[in-house]
Amino acid sequence: MTLEQPTPLELSRRSLRARRSRRSTLTALASTLVFATVLYLAVTSAPGWPRTQATFLNPQVAWESLPKILEGLWLNIRVLAVAAVATLVLALVVALLRTLRGPVFLPLRLLATGFVDLFRGIPLIVLLYLIGFGVPALRFTDERINPVYLGTVALVLTYAAYVSEVFRAGIDSVHPSQRLGARSLGLSYGQSMKLVVLPQAVRRVTPPLLNDFVAMQKDVGLISLLGPLDAVRAAQIASQSTFNFTPYVVAALLFVLLSVPTARLADWASARATRREQSGAAL
Amino acid sequence: MPSGPVARDTSLDLPPGPRRSEEVVLDVRGLVKAYDDTAVLRGIDLTVAEHEVVTLIGSSGSGKSTLLRCAGVLEPISDGQILLDGQDISDPRVDADGVRARFGVVFQAFNLFPHMTVLDNITLAPRVVHGVPAKEARQRAEALLDRVGLADKADAYPDRLSGGQQQRAAIARAIAVEPRVLLLDEITSALDPELVGEVLALVRELAGGGATILMATHEMGFAKQVADHVVFLDQGVVCEEGPPARVLGEPTQPRTQEFLRRVIDAGRL
Ligand SMILES: Nc1ncnc2c1ncn2[C@@H]1O[C@H](COP(=O)(O)OP(=O)(O)OP(=O)(O)O)[C@@H](O)[C@H]1O
Ligand SMILES: [Mg+2]
Repeated sequence: MTLEQPTPLELSRRSLRARRSRRSTLTALASTLVFATVLYLAVTSAPGWPRTQATFLNPQVAWESLPKILEGLWLNIRVLAVAAVATLVLALVVALLRTLRGPVFLPLRLLATGFVDLFRGIPLIVLLYLIGFGVPALRFTDERINPVYLGTVALVLTYAAYVSEVFRAGIDSVHPSQRLGARSLGLSYGQSMKLVVLPQAVRRVTPPLLNDFVAMQKDVGLISLLGPLDAVRAAQIASQSTFNFTPYVVAALLFVLLSVPTARLADWASARATRREQSGAAL
Repeated sequence: MPSGPVARDTSLDLPPGPRRSEEVVLDVRGLVKAYDDTAVLRGIDLTVAEHEVVTLIGSSGSGKSTLLRCAGVLEPISDGQILLDGQDISDPRVDADGVRARFGVVFQAFNLFPHMTVLDNITLAPRVVHGVPAKEARQRAEALLDRVGLADKADAYPDRLSGGQQQRAAIARAIAVEPRVLLLDEITSALDPELVGEVLALVRELAGGGATILMATHEMGFAKQVADHVVFLDQGVVCEEGPPARVLGEPTQPRTQEFLRRVIDAGRL
């Protein structure tokens, strides 16, 4: 029997499968609707609902604050782009330094370990304050240092400490015989790392990296603590002038929208990674 | 199956050491290897002459893999000397990367780089280490794949290959750099029985073509047919060695006899 001409048996199985999948889609749809209705009724019937609605979900306030918050969000996005790239580079360097062996590299290894211990341990908020207010106090320049830069630096230091550990775990997870195989072909340490170990490590840690990226997408909002006019700060200003919390809800929704594509990408990447692991032959 | 251009005499019972007038390629002298404080290899002497196939046999943990890794400069040694074409490659001053490039190594498993196609696996070392132009490396790799029967798998990723195909591709990668010596470490022991044959047939063909091979194996039948010399390792020392017919057929050492009895009981001879 050829692949192009399935037997009647296979055809009937296929139509059964199609019917089943249609039915389960309908079931999912129905249960979602029911659930949403119940949730809606429960929330709207709460005694404080009218007041909450007025202070948190005021459509007019939302509409009026939106342009400023969007403008602020653009700053967040730019900071995010720079910080993400800088984090990847710094984290990779730190991870590579930590994998170096041999007494010559001890100082570098210690430095890298110290970096991770320090910046993974300091709460991001504290680091933001320390760098945002501490560095200007040193008066390296007479001009005022843009707080956006300082906030970005704090963000990068914290995230690089985390992400370098992710990279290191990835490097360690590459089977030792891969490294040995690369060396046995005469590749140098650097060549084995670059051409054999790192490509495999990076593939493996892509899902956790994307997860950290999602976390970073919302943590860029913390730079507002140093004063720059980002989405959170814009929401704060709008909220104070209207005596209404709706702008915060707007900002929150925008941050969620920003993170959804990355979250889906992370899902997809980790599903693909799982598939690969499972299909990879035992050998 | 090529009948083998190199005439070999496996019936003579010659003393150990360089057995023929042929040139000695790999010369291991008094090799000691210790991990922490436990000596795994305790003074190994062994030579592999040009076009010769030497097999290492011995029970699990006897040090076969360690010996191969040390010989291929993949691991520092604790004492002794290893000479490749007369050059002391255990001298820390030699360029270890350059020395490794003169060996071809195939391990038991996980040989191929999973993120590269079979072709890229094979062309990697020629391009990166030996400076062969990409196009030429590609052509040579295709010819090699044809030879190992994988011409249609050039652009496949390793996880789409059967275990036997993976090992044949790994052998192709090892010989792509035209190594002086092939070091093969139990390359069939992770394979299903029906895949063992295709890989051993390839090794047999390489041996017939004059390759110089040092291999650890559990396949006694194969050792009997293809090896010029069999070395039985026991607890880090060479317990008995000689032509396969003698070592495997009429061993003199009690340890060898016991090992072979166990192998026969397990149905592997
Ligand atoms: N990296 C290591 N650190 C410590 N001990 C090791 C290491 N590698 C091997 N050994 C020890 O050396 C001994 C010899 O190991 P080796 O892998 O060479 O044996 P083998 O003859 O290849 O065995 P098998 O037939 O099971 O592959 C074993 O006792 C093993 O535990
Ligand atoms: Mg072994």
